[in-house]
Amino acid sequence: MLARESSATLLQAVTAFLYKEARLQDEHQYEAWEALWTDDGVYWVPANGGDIDPEREMSIIYDNRSRISLRIKQLLTGKRHTQTPQSRLRRLVSNIELFDDINGDIAVASNSMVFESSLRDDTIWAARNEYRLRYVDGELRMAYKKVTLVNNEKALFTLSFLI
Amino acid sequence: MNVMTRPSQGGDVRWDELIRPDRVHGSLYTDPAIFEAELQNIWYRTWVYVGHESEVPNANDYVVKSIGPQSIIMTRDERGKINLLLNRCSHRGNQVCSYDKGNARSFTCPFHSWTFANDGRLVGYAFPDGYEGQDKSQLALGRVTRVQSYRGFVFGSFATDGPTLEEHLGGAAETIDRLVRTSPEGEVEVTAGFLKHRVKANWKFILENECDGYHPAFVHSSIFGVADSAIGKLYGGASTAVTRDYGNGHTEIDLRPEFRKRDQSLSWFGTNEQRLPDYVSRMKAAYGDQTSREIMIDGTPHVMIFPNLFIAEIQMFVIQPLGVDDSVQHVTALQFKGAPDMNRRLRQQTMGSVGPAGLLLADDSEMYERCHRGVLARNPEWIFLGRGEHRERRDENGFIVSQVTDEVPSRGIWRHYRSLMEAH
Repeated sequence: MLARESSATLLQAVTAFLYKEARLQDEHQYEAWEALWTDDGVYWVPANGGDIDPEREMSIIYDNRSRISLRIKQLLTGKRHTQTPQSRLRRLVSNIELFDDINGDIAVASNSMVFESSLRDDTIWAARNEYRLRYVDGELRMAYKKVTLVNNEKALFTLSFLI
Repeated sequence: MNVMTRPSQGGDVRWDELIRPDRVHGSLYTDPAIFEAELQNIWYRTWVYVGHESEVPNANDYVVKSIGPQSIIMTRDERGKINLLLNRCSHRGNQVCSYDKGNARSFTCPFHSWTFANDGRLVGYAFPDGYEGQDKSQLALGRVTRVQSYRGFVFGSFATDGPTLEEHLGGAAETIDRLVRTSPEGEVEVTAGFLKHRVKANWKFILENECDGYHPAFVHSSIFGVADSAIGKLYGGASTAVTRDYGNGHTEIDLRPEFRKRDQSLSWFGTNEQRLPDYVSRMKAAYGDQTSREIMIDGTPHVMIFPNLFIAEIQMFVIQPLGVDDSVQHVTALQFKGAPDMNRRLRQQTMGSVGPAGLLLADDSEMYERCHRGVLARNPEWIFLGRGEHRERRDENGFIVSQVTDEVPSRGIWRHYRSLMEAH
């Protein structure tokens, strides 16, 4: 258990990290966002609830580090039609809490709400985000991000920006 | 070309005016009256794919499916029989089932506690003295009139008579045979759960795109380029792959000519025998060296079973129309019985490709939505589908084929569509 002061300092650092991540996503800074990942990063957006086994059942996204990289490379071609033109985005991040470490990684969760304006229409996305963060060379990095969309059991419109 | 037509004014649609051999009218995708006519003449009449037997493996299992906008409960009753029941209480219409799947001997309506067995029979209602003299057998859950399976794929038809399922599938049944024999046990399973991808577009844009071999080089160039994929070449102008019209609206992209040229086992799946040793040994044990090699060279089919079942080599899509501009693609990885190493790869590849964030399907879906908005413009009024008409030919079974980028599938779909819409 962290002392009250160090916990507050960590929460401040984590909060700054999550805000930065949100801004990079909203502004489609793909390479800068990718640089937030550790080498063993896992990016998971489950479907049909939050407790499915991604090794057995379909997820909306279940990317290992190389597939995260592929996803970013595709966006960078400029021919990812569903993001040409790019969605206009702003998201709010709140309810940031620290939890007990998982295998030495900092466990964090937040809520987020994203407003997307695309050619199709305006869409609101809401999610619970669970992270495992780690200091690498003195900088916080994401080793794991799970995004549980509130309505992930329903039919969803295309989700081609970085959630 | 630009003669104004008034397709659905007055209710008498001249289908021959809207659907011509090489072009169709844009209003076919956007007119709400035509969508209603499609529900009556296609979705609530012909054979429609509903679910797979492996989704209800045990007695009393159920899973909620659909036919168009209607919710359908697919159950396996205590005797093992598959039932397709309408999710609508026979009393006041309340939905009797609110969960996606489960195991239940009966469904009790939460409104007035009417209880139905999982074969649809009404077995009880609350305070029965109020129904003295009523015949419970007349108050069962509604059911899809005809239910038939083909190799585990369950289809339903609301028509009391008409073609059998096998007559409906016709030559396309062979593609399902080809799919299941790629499993060492001769069966596919649908056990990986579904992604549900919604698009603000008419369902026929999806239907026609599934066997359109002209678009991949352009719509999917972003992923083919960065993934170093060999798929792009299959859909080039020099490809020997073909499009095929099986009749009854069923269409195929047959990639086997290209895979046979490569002559490499599992090349169709972007892998090789060394990487799936368990699968390969089971296939050899099941079919022998020669036949298993042929199967593993040819791969699985790319076939669109009209109107809603798309088998796309490694995954399966079910198209659901909810409204004239509102459709859902339900998609899952196909799983081969007895092939765990193969199945893991099938799931991983499928998750990367399809669904709302899929590296392929998000771009297809973008095209559906842009096409839907585009055809609202009425000059030109027509969608031109004439590509490759001059080089169509018949294959050894008499089906129309042409080069992989030709629009044989769209022409075949519309020919069948017109026959269904004119019949009533």
